[in-house]
Amino acid sequence: MNLALEVRGLTCIRGQRALFRDLSFSLAAGRALALQGPNGAGKTSLLRLLAGFLRPAGGTICLRTDGAEVADAEERGKFIGWLAHQDAVKQQLGVREQLAFFTQLYGSGRDPEEAMRTFGLMPLAELPGQYLSAGQKRRLALARLQLSARPLWLLDEPLAALDSAGKKLVAETVTTHCASGGMVLAATHEDLGVECETLRLGAAR
Amino acid sequence: MNPFFALLLRDIRLAVRAGGGAALALAFFACVVTLVPLGVGADMRLLARVAGGVLWVAAVLAALLALDRLFQADYEDGSLDLIVLSPLSLEVTALAKTAAHWLATGLPLTVLSALLAVLFDLSLKATGALVLSLLIGTPAVSAIGAVGAALTLSIRRGGLILPLIVLPLLAPAVIFGSGAVLAVQDGLANGALYFLAAFSLVSVVLSPFAAAASVRLNLAS
Repeated sequence: MNLALEVRGLTCIRGQRALFRDLSFSLAAGRALALQGPNGAGKTSLLRLLAGFLRPAGGTICLRTDGAEVADAEERGKFIGWLAHQDAVKQQLGVREQLAFFTQLYGSGRDPEEAMRTFGLMPLAELPGQYLSAGQKRRLALARLQLSARPLWLLDEPLAALDSAGKKLVAETVTTHCASGGMVLAATHEDLGVECETLRLGAAR
Repeated sequence: MNPFFALLLRDIRLAVRAGGGAALALAFFACVVTLVPLGVGADMRLLARVAGGVLWVAAVLAALLALDRLFQADYEDGSLDLIVLSPLSLEVTALAKTAAHWLATGLPLTVLSALLAVLFDLSLKATGALVLSLLIGTPAVSAIGAVGAALTLSIRRGGLILPLIVLPLLAPAVIFGSGAVLAVQDGLANGALYFLAAFSLVSVVLSPFAAAASVRLNLAS
């Protein structure tokens, strides 16, 4: 599958305030894009626009797969791997349980055990979410992202709460994903540790 | 396992584990229903007369207790975003959540009502009608409740507004449900059950669309 993302003239208005106007960029398969900008510049809003949760006040978002256009926002969502700043970890469910559920929900056919090994979650497999530290929850969210088997990754602060080994793991995961023809768009204040282009959103006006 | 059953099973698991609200709803139901004979006094004929109404109202209120977190819990911790992006359409997602709520709350309430009917000196036949009416009617409570839960998912303490939205809509279920019990007690033909079944069917069929539209609206704001 050959993917391409093209954003043209995108305008985002939140609470009667324009976060950005006339934003255009494109992303090809196998590339990563770091989204930077001060607090309130609209990084998260841009990710939510791309995921189809928000509707743009103007402009178009166009995802192409093998040349065919995916116009509908909800259809576009089926290509997206989502990592928000919230970890979406359930307090009452064990780590293995949460990953198994997610794999079934997404029907990706990937192996949760392998993702748990990759992200160092094996010793925590039976532990309910409420006992996980912030960094461990982040690892769980990252494992889930990999299990989604989606080509376009939208990441909001993927490095938050991670230790240096965890950050290295994110860099490796992103590199592998890009090498297999995926795309990554990551809103971040830190250096991703990956060779990538940068898109700077302006300060809030 | 297919995505629908995966979501259904996970929601049931969350409901029955600590803090999930299913056990809370059952305990609430038992407490309220037990209090009524204590408050009304030992007039067995009067108690048998009001039993259907009391059990139905208590069941609706108890089901509401577990409803407000139906979408809100997933909204607050970010799980809802991931569910929306899953291969399941939002309508099917709403249906799975409604079904999970009914299996974890409505069905146990129905079973428990058969036991609690003893407190009201309800005849065996009337108890049968009560259980049957709850079995038919509680899916409507879950379905209409799911719409209310989806509407209030982004409101802080939305659980307080939820009953105001949902209770008026559930009036037909309470009327026909308790009416079915009275009809048996009076030896009348029981048309109420058919009306209840129709109401329940329409609610279950239409509410996933309304709930999905509400979730979309809330996510986009």
